[in-house]
Amino acid sequence: MSRAARWWLAVGWAAMLLLPWYALEDGLFSFVWLRDPWGEDAAPLIVQVLRHGRIWLAPLLLAFAVPLLFAFVLPPEGEARRRRAAIILMLCGALGLVWLFGQGFAIGARGLSWGWAKDLYGDFEGRQFGLGYGGMIVAVALLFLLTEGWARRGALRGDAFVLGSIGIVVATTILFVFLPVGLVLVGAARVEDGWSLLAVAKRVTSSDIWSLGCFVGATCGTFWKTLLLAVVVGALSTALGTAFALLAVRMGFRWQGALRLFALLPIITPPFVVGLAIILLVGRTGALTVLMDDWFGIPPTRWIYGFPGMALAQTLSFTPIAFLIMIGVVQGISPTMEEAALTLRASPARLFRTITLPLMRPGLANAFLVGVLESISDLGNPVILAGNYDVLSVQIYFALVGAQVDGGRAAGLAIVLLGLALAVFVLQAFWLGDRSYTTVAGKGDTGTHAPLPPAVRHAVYWTALPWIGITIAVYATIAFGGFVTNVGRDHSFTLSHFVDLFSIESGAGGLAWTGGAWKSLGTTLETALIAAPLTALLGLLIAYVLSRQVFAGKGAFEFITMLSFAIPGTVIGLSYIVAFNTPPVELTGTMAILVICFIFRDMPVGIRAGVAALSQIDRSLDESSLTLRHGGFATVRRVILPLIRPAIVAALVFGLVRAMTSLSAVIFLATARHNLSTTYIVAQIETARFGTAIAYSAALIAIMAALILAIQWLVGERRLGRRALQT
Amino acid sequence: MRAFRAAGLIAGLTITVLASPAFAQGKLNMYCTANEEWCKVMANEFNKKTGIDIAFTRRGTGETYAMLKAEKDNPKGDIWWGGTGDPHLQAAEEKLTVKYEPAILKELHPWAKAQWDRSGGRTVGIYMGAIGFVYNKEVAAKKGVTPPACWADLLKPEFKGEIQMPNPHSSGTAYTTIATLVQLWGEDKAFEYLKQLHASINQYTKQGPAPGQAAARGETMIAITFLHDGAMSKRRGFPVEGVAPCEGTGYEIGSMSIIDGARNLANAKRYYDFALSVDGQRLADAGESYQAPSNRGTPPSPYSPDLSKIKLIDYDFAKYGSSAERRRLLARWDAELKVGAPK
Repeated sequence: MSRAARWWLAVGWAAMLLLPWYALEDGLFSFVWLRDPWGEDAAPLIVQVLRHGRIWLAPLLLAFAVPLLFAFVLPPEGEARRRRAAIILMLCGALGLVWLFGQGFAIGARGLSWGWAKDLYGDFEGRQFGLGYGGMIVAVALLFLLTEGWARRGALRGDAFVLGSIGIVVATTILFVFLPVGLVLVGAARVEDGWSLLAVAKRVTSSDIWSLGCFVGATCGTFWKTLLLAVVVGALSTALGTAFALLAVRMGFRWQGALRLFALLPIITPPFVVGLAIILLVGRTGALTVLMDDWFGIPPTRWIYGFPGMALAQTLSFTPIAFLIMIGVVQGISPTMEEAALTLRASPARLFRTITLPLMRPGLANAFLVGVLESISDLGNPVILAGNYDVLSVQIYFALVGAQVDGGRAAGLAIVLLGLALAVFVLQAFWLGDRSYTTVAGKGDTGTHAPLPPAVRHAVYWTALPWIGITIAVYATIAFGGFVTNVGRDHSFTLSHFVDLFSIESGAGGLAWTGGAWKSLGTTLETALIAAPLTALLGLLIAYVLSRQVFAGKGAFEFITMLSFAIPGTVIGLSYIVAFNTPPVELTGTMAILVICFIFRDMPVGIRAGVAALSQIDRSLDESSLTLRHGGFATVRRVILPLIRPAIVAALVFGLVRAMTSLSAVIFLATARHNLSTTYIVAQIETARFGTAIAYSAALIAIMAALILAIQWLVGERRLGRRALQT
Repeated sequence: MRAFRAAGLIAGLTITVLASPAFAQGKLNMYCTANEEWCKVMANEFNKKTGIDIAFTRRGTGETYAMLKAEKDNPKGDIWWGGTGDPHLQAAEEKLTVKYEPAILKELHPWAKAQWDRSGGRTVGIYMGAIGFVYNKEVAAKKGVTPPACWADLLKPEFKGEIQMPNPHSSGTAYTTIATLVQLWGEDKAFEYLKQLHASINQYTKQGPAPGQAAARGETMIAITFLHDGAMSKRRGFPVEGVAPCEGTGYEIGSMSIIDGARNLANAKRYYDFALSVDGQRLADAGESYQAPSNRGTPPSPYSPDLSKIKLIDYDFAKYGSSAERRRLLARWDAELKVGAPK
């Protein structure tokens, strides 16, 4: 038996013997449970079985006892027996997991969960709560016993690390993405008295969604409106992100720091603040609108409400993500091929068209995909700026919580939304095709990039620089709003918003944090700092598994990882409540559910950035590492990670920033004891305290900017052994 | 040595936890659907009075109703305080909330007690708010128009493109408006009016409070919204004024319910009593909320719209709160107005 297998056996036993099996009302770290450690609430598994009569938990002991037998009492000799022992290890892990979740779903907080089971065992007395630390750790240990056994049998060249990675990403994705989303989607089949497939068909094909009336003077269905907006935003943000990346990497632009700051700024802003700033700037009474009226006599209109406003706000919000993905890809393009083309006397324009642009494809495709997914799942901007332009995400939200609650309709619309996401996903995979985009190989890679053709240079300047102008205008508005009494009304300078939020008074008992924002800021920072590294880790691990390993069902798995990204956050939030409010996995009201929601909602950007980056790196580098008898883990750590540093930065930054600025997903998950900055800010907006809302946002922006700098410093730049760019 | 220290730490923590006041009086989890400030004031005052460790989570009314449905197998909230009455009635109908009959009921206005009767004792009225217009004085002055006083005035040509109201599919406020007009004039005449009004509406917003905010900032001249929201903008220094329509208008009954399966039922009942008492309702002013309180003894805030000057219709909550009627009216609204189509 391998060392890893022994270790997981030991962990499993320790959890069963020592840790509370069920979740505790006050949490493990309150230590209230130490008052009665062997009582019914806090007892570990063994005591639950022996003293509290929960015999249905006993088979789990067996799952850890049998492998022990093979490890110490009957050590396997010879190849055949060793293989048999591996199979048994695998079986113990698999059956243990099935049993753990089977009993958990079957016996809940109110006894047996299913009607037919109640009929069978009418007088059954058992009740149980959600799994606690004991249960969770045992589940993880069982999973690794399964993958260890599988690897010993020789699956995937017997690489336990790779198999374990696949095991953990597949298991967690099923639990935290597929299960909750699935629970919401089956709602499409629910009718008043049961289930009906016909209802699904009806809801999914409704003429509200698909009508093409706008070509004949009526209105078009929401699907087409959503599609149009998503494609425009996806294309614009990809184009702008690429322009910024080219400007930063290939054009010797002088103010690199400022450029990066302004390219990234919108990502670190709560989205509704962007919407608000746009209204303050170009709404009917906005600063710019009034100026235009005074100077040129252009009468103020409400043009911003509808498609233009949403396209502007979303492009502003999502361009930084495209930039984060593109900058890594643009840096990764090897100059060697460009030099070769130059030697063959290709003109700069031709070189760009036939070499540079095709090599950027993985980045373009992934940036576009992310832009489209962000657009269709965005709720904050449409709610503020949509006017009468309806998109799917808004309709789903109000079908769930509006004046006419209709979960079935919401589920039907969500299916359409996911269909749209699937179509875009397939399209980008098709466009990338089976070609190779490898440009980072182990070979000497020195050379200089060819200059970009003048047309491209001009295009880059003329898109990127005006856009920076717009960004500066929007953020100047935000900064301004934080320091005046009432933005748009009373422009006398004041610091009172910041004092309300962040005052500290020194009193008798030391410092008193009297500002209204401290508590929510603390929770926000804590969840974000826990979630961000885990988001990046999981996202990049999945990217590695997807782009380097081959296993059955990979395409479907890749799409599932994106489900939670493509669905509006509110739907995810509600689905988490539905899925994780009852045993066995009962997480509602804890900080863990916030962290988990952030991880699984935001990891797709890490995945996309990772996939794009890995497609540039020659597999021969991995292979040579493996040939030198490094395992999968050492290869990832020593070879791959240093080469995908830009993707690590992208994943970390996005994970951090999203955890701090996302609103829709946390409406249902945040609770009184875990209140977040965004919900605090929205409450300010609802009571018309725009100054306070803007001041808090400005403070968040400053904190996030500092954290992003820290991330870039910690991860560092990737060194690709290139000569300096000569301009 | 280290083990000793760890043991000491754990023991210390345990003692702190056991000695904390939360254990003496227990807890209460409130789902709050009023404005944040009001939730905070109510929770703090209740905690001061009783020593109960109360925590509130603020969400929209529809969101809280969805939450109750999602959590029904294992409820995490104890009491649901605030928010428009229809979702409370729906929750009562679905048995998501429980009956409670406190002695204080007899101190309430008839409309608040009626809410209790309608729901079989599962929900009760805590405040009332009337629908009206909120207009921006500066925009009106700049355009040189007299502000509207009646529903009929909204059809005047000078308000074309200047009126904002919420979308009845997403907002209870808008649905209440439509139901009010139907009760005022009969269905056919009401829809004839809405169709004409449609030409003057610049946007049907998704959320109920949005038009009021747009009027405050001058993005629209007139908003159809709750008058107490206008009172709040006014107190914030925005140049707005509220108008109660001369023909009469409808209203909402803000409600409170105890959640079925509440873990802290006894404490929920104490809060219920507190929220209906004069002492509890007096806090609305500090919470920057200007609805009319449901206890007859509570003095209204000086900022509140004067209810005696508002002509209220006899709103039929049972009929217009029912899902079937709602669906029918919304379908007719869709069919007749064709929102989103070019005008």
